[in-house]
Amino acid sequence: MAKIRDFDYEYFIGPQHPGATGNMSYHVWAEGDTIIKIEPNLGYLHRGFEKLTELRHWIKNFPLILRICVPEPDINEVLYAMAIEELNEIDVPERAQYIRIIVLELARLSAYLLYFGGVAGTIGLYTVPQWTIGDRDYILDLFEELTGGRVYHIYQTIGGVRRDIPEGFKERVLKTVDYLEKRLKDYDNLFFQHPIFEKRAKGIGIVDKDAALRFSVTGPNLRAAGVNYDVRKKEPYLIYDRFQFDVPDMYKDGDTYSRVMQRRYEFEESIKIIRQAAADMPEGPVNIKIRNPFEYRVKEGSVYVKLESSKGEYGFYVVSDGGVKPYRLHVRGPSFSHGLQLVRHIAKGTNIADISMILFSLDVCPPDAER
Amino acid sequence: MGLNLKFFDALKFLVRKPHTVRVPYEKKEVAKRYRGIHVNDWSKCIGCGNCAKICTCQAIEMVEIPTLEPKMGQTNLRPQVDYGRCSFCGQCVDVCPTGSLKLSTEYEIISSDVKDFKFIPNLNHDSGPGTGWESDTETSFLDFNRVEMPERDPAERKKDFEWVLEGFSEEEAIFEATRCLGCALCVQGCPTGMYIPEYINAIFHKNYEKSVDWMFVNNPLPEICGTVCTHRCEEACVYHNRGQAIQIRYLKGFAAGKVPDYEKVVGISKKRTGKKVALIGAGPASLSCAFYLRREGIDAVIYEAQEAPGGMLKLGIPRYRLPQSILDKEIDFIKKQGVVFKFGTRVGKDITFEKLHEEYDAVFIGTGYHIGMTMGIPGEEGKDVFDAATLLKDVSLGKEVKIGKKVLVIGGGDVAMDATRTALRLGAEVVILSYRRRYVDMPASDEEKHEAEAEGVQFLTQTLPTEIVRDKSGNIVKVKYVETEMVYEEGAKRPKPVPKMDDVKEWDIDTVIMAIGQKPDWSYLPEKWRKMLKFDKRMKNIIVNDDMMTDIEGVFAGGDVVNPRKDAISAIADGRKAALGIIKYLGIKR
Repeated sequence: MAKIRDFDYEYFIGPQHPGATGNMSYHVWAEGDTIIKIEPNLGYLHRGFEKLTELRHWIKNFPLILRICVPEPDINEVLYAMAIEELNEIDVPERAQYIRIIVLELARLSAYLLYFGGVAGTIGLYTVPQWTIGDRDYILDLFEELTGGRVYHIYQTIGGVRRDIPEGFKERVLKTVDYLEKRLKDYDNLFFQHPIFEKRAKGIGIVDKDAALRFSVTGPNLRAAGVNYDVRKKEPYLIYDRFQFDVPDMYKDGDTYSRVMQRRYEFEESIKIIRQAAADMPEGPVNIKIRNPFEYRVKEGSVYVKLESSKGEYGFYVVSDGGVKPYRLHVRGPSFSHGLQLVRHIAKGTNIADISMILFSLDVCPPDAER
Repeated sequence: MGLNLKFFDALKFLVRKPHTVRVPYEKKEVAKRYRGIHVNDWSKCIGCGNCAKICTCQAIEMVEIPTLEPKMGQTNLRPQVDYGRCSFCGQCVDVCPTGSLKLSTEYEIISSDVKDFKFIPNLNHDSGPGTGWESDTETSFLDFNRVEMPERDPAERKKDFEWVLEGFSEEEAIFEATRCLGCALCVQGCPTGMYIPEYINAIFHKNYEKSVDWMFVNNPLPEICGTVCTHRCEEACVYHNRGQAIQIRYLKGFAAGKVPDYEKVVGISKKRTGKKVALIGAGPASLSCAFYLRREGIDAVIYEAQEAPGGMLKLGIPRYRLPQSILDKEIDFIKKQGVVFKFGTRVGKDITFEKLHEEYDAVFIGTGYHIGMTMGIPGEEGKDVFDAATLLKDVSLGKEVKIGKKVLVIGGGDVAMDATRTALRLGAEVVILSYRRRYVDMPASDEEKHEAEAEGVQFLTQTLPTEIVRDKSGNIVKVKYVETEMVYEEGAKRPKPVPKMDDVKEWDIDTVIMAIGQKPDWSYLPEKWRKMLKFDKRMKNIIVNDDMMTDIEGVFAGGDVVNPRKDAISAIADGRKAALGIIKYLGIKR
């Protein structure tokens, strides 16, 4: 690395939420208020999840593994369950599959609401986070009703979900998504069409198609750069191939504005999926009996399972030696490439005032990079 | 473009209910399924410790409660939760076999003392049934249904004396063995305290030799017990509280059956101490005692009046329940250990008790209860009236036994069930079982009752035969009976049957089998010796000390003559205990 000589300032953003939902810091060098170099600095959230899973029975990892990502914990649970189910060739009951789709898409909505609030907050539009956090609470209420927990749901289990949906739950889900759909108009007025946002976000932090592919960018960030790739469409997992939904492709600029707007339109698609899942959900059992949690074994072998999280492609590589505990579990989070690699590339030349917005628009979740 | 949020758009938010809860003026209303504070119903909790075992945060610790008495299927441990660690995942609830544990909708514990956040849950924070995170048998991780033992078709099996069970397949056995949580409460239920979780775990790993090795620690007749044991362990099993216990008995039988030669696993003791012990009766108590004596190098000689070993295992239990091949396999292994059998030698007739006492370093009495009792009703003297013990013995020994087509069996215990089913196999067309109390009061095990019913035995409960009517040539033609009424008396454990004597009814019967109980035969013991022994109040059982030694020095006893439970596994337990007592008495270092 070449030594930087001509800078005016050297300072740190973070480790208190530097434009990311977890703790990490960025070491920034700037000339005036133009950033000339940025170095991500991790380690504030390393809790050794991957190693901890190796010490616990398969079932005992459910309450642990989801803690990797606070804004969207369900993806971890589902992935972990999917990995075990694939290794043990378990047929998950139909009803549980539909419940999982609803849970995953509600989690995506909740993560996007947090995201919108976060981005708006970085440019001083403080009403937006207050509204989105408020609206997110309606989703958390649904989760509380379904799973008994608001943020950490610990709802998935091997071969399904732990409990059936409560009576009248589907109706309340539909009511909530109807409300959120209506609220999008308010958000358009308040945020997405807000001149300040447009002015601040357009043309800032551009990730072009080539860079996106080179840096392994995934998810809405990749789609906003003009590459229409969505795991739900390209390699459908669970039962995503049964639902009609589009992957919005009107934003191709790869700038902060595109990234936010990409998500705003994906928000509507998630609502579509939830409505279909609620309508098509069959009756039946929601899980299988694992019989004995202490002697539950997973067949020897390894598997990589992935899904489309709100942040991008999220994957688990799980290795089993046929024992009662995982032999190795590795998490592939999108934040590693977004928050550590990509930032170095795109932050150069931007203003200090924009850096938090750029970071937040990439939707970085530090714990999924440092597990 | 532009600032589109109109003034009036904003106005609508003025009248909307806020999302937030104004603590402390308002309390947050939580969802019905909320995972809040732990609640543990002590009346259901058995202290098995599975909640502590599954806790991924290691927040649950089992602590001893001095005020609680441990009893069968229950420990005096209760979970203690540490809220400095708990993550409220509720897996402890989903693994709780009894359903005593739940998370309530309460979520507030306010204290300035950090110790208050580490507590032993009870019903204090309970929010009522149907609230909070509860687990039923459906939502539990556990499977409360056992793998049923395959049996032969009742219509077919009642025609012969072949084994009624078909046995588990390996797949079934391992599937059933998977259910064992390893909490070991069953061990308390087993009279001989077998290492049940250990041997089931070995079965799970298909290591049947290791499994048998665990069994032989305190039971030298594992396959016999794996077939006909009264399985008190299954009553103590944690699954028994809300569902079906693990098939502990048949799993044991399965594993023992998978090892054709015990010698490879257990070996033959080469020890010699020069001491010798005489054992009277070749039943399970003596077999067990002799086995463990031989393991320590003590010579054991068993005196048996019959021509075959096994005692009640051979003479009381019919072959369709316990095949001869299993008996032979296990008793032959005991013979292989160097135990000497003297068949056809009745103590008191062929050799005196005094002589045994003189010649041997110790004597073990394991003579059991083998004299069948009769009711003492008019007409019972004469042909076609049997006591069940004699009938079963004769059938087992292969003697020719002739019974009629319409058989009445009187009694409600396991022996009565054996008598009914043996009668069917001897060619009876109608078998009636008369029992003076209710169906639920029958001492016979449920499975024997069900098996007898499936084979077509008619159960006539709350009936009491009063007279056997014979024709001029002495053949039974009828049995007169009255019905009984159950009367609850104050202080009594169970209601008493009171006969309605004025309403006498009749059955068409040609054979009567009485299975109303058995008694010991003390005729071999001279009066002098009998007086030296101490008996219980009802003069039924010998009283022994902790080492199974009677009041006569060097004379030990075990099995039915000591143990009120009167089953094979108690006899085996007694035999082993007596062997340890004898080893101690003879001063042999183990």
